[in-house]
Amino acid sequence: MANSPHTPGVVPGRLAREAIEANFSDLHPPLDDHEARVAADRCYFCYDAPCVAACPTEIDIPLFIREIATGMPEAAAKAIFAQNILGGMCARVCPTETLCEEACVRMEAEGDPVEIGRLQRYATDRLMAKGVHPFTRAAPTGRRVAVVGAGPAGLACAHRLAMHGHDVVIYDARPKPGGLNEFGIAAYKTTGGFAQAEVEWLMKIGGITVETGRELGRDLDLATLRRDFDAVFLGMGLAGVNALRAPGEDLENVENAVDFIAELRQAEDLSSLPVGRDVVVVGGGMTAIDAAVQAKLLGAENVTIVYRRAREKMPASEYEQNLAAAKGVRIICEAMPVAVHGDGAVREVEFEYTVETPEGLKGTGERFRLKADQLFKAIGQRLEGAPEGLALEGGKIAVTGPGRTSLEGVWAGGDCTPGEDLTVVAVAEGRDAAEDIHAWLMG
Amino acid sequence: MADLTTEFVGIKSPNPFWLASAPPTDKEYNVRRAFEAGWGGVVWKTLGIDPPVVNVNGPRYGAVWGPDRRLLGLNNIELITDRPLEVNLREIKAVKRDWPDRALVVSLMVPCDEESWKYILGRVEETGADGVELNFGCPHGMSERGMGSAVGQVPEYIEMVTRWCKANTRMPVIVKLTPNITDIRYPARAAKAGGADAVSLINTINSITGVNLDNFAPEPEIDGKGTHGGYCGPAVKPIALNMVAEIARDPETRGLPISGIGGVTTWRDAAEFLALGAHNVQVCTAAMTYGFKVVQEMIAGLSEWMDAKGFASVSDIVGRAVPNVTDWQYLNLNYVTKARIDQEKCIHCGRCYAACEDTSHQAIWMKEGRVFEVNDAECVACNLCVDVCPVEGCITMERLAPGTVDPRTGKVVEADYANWTTHPNNPAAKAAE
Ligand SMILES: Cc1cc2nc3c(=O)[nH]c(=O)nc-3n(C[C@H](O)[C@H](O)[C@H](O)COP(=O)(O)OP(=O)(O)OC[C@H]3O[C@@H](n4cnc5c(N)ncnc54)[C@H](O)[C@@H]3O)c2cc1C
Ligand SMILES: Cc1cc2nc3c(=O)[nH]c(=O)nc-3n(C[C@H](O)[C@H](O)[C@H](O)COP(=O)(O)O)c2cc1C
Ligand code: SF4
Ligand code: SF4
Ligand code: SF4
Repeated sequence: MANSPHTPGVVPGRLAREAIEANFSDLHPPLDDHEARVAADRCYFCYDAPCVAACPTEIDIPLFIREIATGMPEAAAKAIFAQNILGGMCARVCPTETLCEEACVRMEAEGDPVEIGRLQRYATDRLMAKGVHPFTRAAPTGRRVAVVGAGPAGLACAHRLAMHGHDVVIYDARPKPGGLNEFGIAAYKTTGGFAQAEVEWLMKIGGITVETGRELGRDLDLATLRRDFDAVFLGMGLAGVNALRAPGEDLENVENAVDFIAELRQAEDLSSLPVGRDVVVVGGGMTAIDAAVQAKLLGAENVTIVYRRAREKMPASEYEQNLAAAKGVRIICEAMPVAVHGDGAVREVEFEYTVETPEGLKGTGERFRLKADQLFKAIGQRLEGAPEGLALEGGKIAVTGPGRTSLEGVWAGGDCTPGEDLTVVAVAEGRDAAEDIHAWLMG
Repeated sequence: MADLTTEFVGIKSPNPFWLASAPPTDKEYNVRRAFEAGWGGVVWKTLGIDPPVVNVNGPRYGAVWGPDRRLLGLNNIELITDRPLEVNLREIKAVKRDWPDRALVVSLMVPCDEESWKYILGRVEETGADGVELNFGCPHGMSERGMGSAVGQVPEYIEMVTRWCKANTRMPVIVKLTPNITDIRYPARAAKAGGADAVSLINTINSITGVNLDNFAPEPEIDGKGTHGGYCGPAVKPIALNMVAEIARDPETRGLPISGIGGVTTWRDAAEFLALGAHNVQVCTAAMTYGFKVVQEMIAGLSEWMDAKGFASVSDIVGRAVPNVTDWQYLNLNYVTKARIDQEKCIHCGRCYAACEDTSHQAIWMKEGRVFEVNDAECVACNLCVDVCPVEGCITMERLAPGTVDPRTGKVVEADYANWTTHPNNPAAKAAE
C-alpha cells in the first residue's frame, strides 16, 4: 500500500512523484520575452532611484531594466553582475518585498512594484544560458588569498579578488561549494541544479581553486593560512544551531530544520524523503517557513509553525507568512515550547502561551499540546568554530568598515559577521571586503 | 568591445551621443553634469546677440502621452538662450578647458546680416569651442523675427548665411535644418552649396498638442492663449529618419556628414539613424524626460549590439541601410507574402479580424470557437493585422515560394524581380527587353 498524507509516522512518498515534482517547481516562474518587456516598461527610470538604495549590492536597477526594455538583456545582465556576481541566485531568493521592490516608487503610487526580482532573473538567465562569463581577469598580481567558506560571501569575495588578478583558494568544510545556496535555500526557489551551475559559471573567471571537505579548526588553522597567504577572508556562515532547551529535545524525529532542508536539497528523489504526518516547526524566520512549507509540499497532513512572539514580530516577511498560509501551513504565535513528549520518538509537543512584559517574554501559565511525529527546530543558527583570537560581537565576528576583523590581514563577511542574514548581504560584504583586500595588497 | 569613438567634421568624441542644443545644454552646470554622466558631446543652447531674448513666464511645454503616461511627444515654445552672451561664452570656455575630449559645438542664431554673424563667430572662436551649428530651425517666436525657421524655409537664405559663416570662421560649420518644409533635400542642397561641413536635423515640428475644452485655449496655454510650438520626442522619429535618409541618398548631397536628431531615446533609435546615414546623433527630449543618465543605456546597448553583430567601429554602421532606401517604383512586385497566424500564440482577441473585416480586405476568417485564420485568396499582405495584434510575433508575413500559385490572383509567383516601371498596367512602362 502506498503511503498517503494520513500514514502515521515519518515515511517517504506521501504523494505521487509527479505531484511532488509539481509542488517543487519554480515558485516564481521565469518571465517570457513579452512578459519581461511589459514588466520592464513599467519602470520610471527614477532619479537617484530608491530601489537601488534598498538593494544591499546597489545594482543599478533603472539602468538594467531599461536595457531589458530596449531589447538588450545581455547588457542588463552585465550591469547586474558588475555589482552582484550572484545576481542570478539573488534574483531567485531575495525577499524583494522587503528590499528593492518595497522601495519601488510604484509601491507608493499603486501598491504594485516593478517586478525587479523577476526581471533580474530574466536578464541573468539570458546571459548565463550563453555559457559565457562577462568579465576578464586583470594581469596576475602574484598575490594569494585564502577564502574560508564557499557560500555567497566567500564566492563573491573570491570572484572579485580573481578579477583583480589575485589567486584565490577557497576552503569549504562541506563536500560541495555554494554554502546555503546549495544546502539551505528552499528547493522551489532554486530549481534545476542552479546553485552548482552558478558556481561553475562564476569560476570561469579563472584563478580560483576550491578545496571541499576542508574545515577550519579541523583540517586547517588560521595561523597557517595567515602565514601561507597574503590575506584571509572568512565567510564561514553560521554552522551551529540553537537548542530548544526543553526536556525531550533528544527524542527521535526531533531535528534541526536546517539539517532537514539540507537533506531535502541533496535528495536525488524527493519522493524517497521521509516526512511526518503531523509536523511541528518551532521558530519564526525564513528557516521555519521553508521547513514547514517543504514538509507540506512533501505531503505532511498537518504542519504547524509555532512562534513565541506576536505575529508582527515574526522575522519572516508578510509575503513568506502568506506563502506558508497558502500552502496550508498553520501559524500559531505567542507560544513557546516547554516540553517534548514521546516514547522513543516524539509524539506531542507541549507549549505555553506567552506575553510580552517589561522584563521580557513570560509564560502565561496556560498550556496546550500539539500532535507531532516530527519536530523541526528553527530558532536560529549561531557561529561555530570561529578561530581563536578574533574579537567577537554579539556572538559573531566583529568587523569594522568593509569586513576588517581584529586581526591584521584577516577579513570576514556574510552571516558570520553582524548584520542581516541574507544571501544578497553576504554577496555585498564579500565583494566589499575583496575591494578592501585588493587596495591593501596593492597599496 | 566595439569602439564607439567618432569623428564628426573633424571633431572627436568618445561616443556618438551628443546633447542637442536645448535646455539640457543651456548652462555650464548642466553641461558638466552631462559630461560626467557620459555624453560624448553637446551642442550648446543657441546663442544670440544681446540684449538676450525673454521667455514666457507660463508653461513652455505641452505633451502627448502614451499608456502609463509615457511621454511620447513634447512641444515647446521656448526661445534661444535668455542669458547674456558674455555669461555663455565664459562658461563655454571653462567647460571646454576642463573637458578637452568631449565635443563642444555652439549653436548660433543672429539677425540675417553678415556683420552680426561675423561678430558672433569671432566671439565663439575665442572660447576654444570645436565648431558651430547654425540654428535655421526654431519654428516659433524667433521665426516671427525673421530668424530660425524663417531662414531655414528659404534655401537661398540658407546658402547665403552659410557662405558668410564659412568666410568668417575656421571652425567647422554645421547647418541645422527645419523639418517644416515640403522637401528636405532643397535646404540640404543649399547648405552644401553654401559650403556647410555638415547638416543636422531635425529641429522641432510646428504643432499644437491639444485644446483645453473648458476655455478653448490651445496647449500649452498662456493666460488663455497659445501659439504653435516645436514638437519633438519619440513621436517625431519616423519623420526625422526619413529626412535623414532622403539627404543621405540624394545624389547631390551624398556624403555630406549628417548629425541625426529627432526622438532618439534608446540605443536602437541611434543605430537606426546611423544606419540611415547619420554620422552621430543628438538627443534632447530623452534627456529631458529621463535625465542625463539615460545615455548609459544608449552606450551599453549600442556597444552590445555592435559586438553581437561584429561591427568594430561606429563608421561600420553609418549608411548601411542607405542603399536599401529606394523609390516606390523600384519595389519588387513579385515579392508576394501572406499573413500567417500562429495559433499557439493567438489569444483570440479578434483585433486582426476587426481590422481586416471592417477596414481592409475581409481576408481573416473567424471560425467556431474564436479561431482566426487567414484566407489566402483575399489576403493582399497589407500587414495591418500584424500591426494591430497585441501579441508580438503572433502574426507574421511569410513569402510565397516562387512557383507556387497565389490564390488571390491565381497567378504563379515569379522568381524574378519586377517593378512598376515595367508593369503592363503602367501607361508609361518601358517594354521589357
Ligand atoms: C533555510 C534557510 C533559508 C534561507 N533562505 C533565504 C532566502 O530565501 N533568501 C535569502 O536572501 N537568504 C536566505 N537565507 C539566508 C542565506 O542563505 C544566508 O544569509 C547566506 O547563505 C549567507 O552566506 P554566507 O556565505 O555568509 O554563509 P553560508 O551560505 O552559510 O556559507 C558558509 C560556508 O562556509 C562553510 N563553512 C562553515 N564553517 C566552516 C569551517 N570551519 N571551515 C570551512 N568551511 C566552513 C560552510 O560549509 C558553507 O559552505 C536562508 C538561510 C537558511 C538557513
Ligand atoms: C525646450 C526645447 C528648446 C529647444 N531649443 C533649441 C535651441 O535653442 N536651438 C536648437 O537648435 N534647437 C532647439 N531645440 C530643438 C532640439 O535641439 C532638437 O532638435 C529637437 O528637440 C529634436 O530632438 P529630440 O526629439 O531628441 O528632442 C529645442 C527643443 C526643446 C524641447
Ligand atoms: S523605484 Fe521602481 S520605478 Fe523607480 S527606478 Fe526603481 S524599479 Fe524603476
Ligand atoms: S520642472 Fe522645475 S522649473 Fe519647471 S515648472 Fe517644474 S519645478 Fe518649475
Ligand atoms: S489580433 Fe493576434 S491575438 Fe488577436 S485574434 Fe488576431 S492573431 Fe489572435
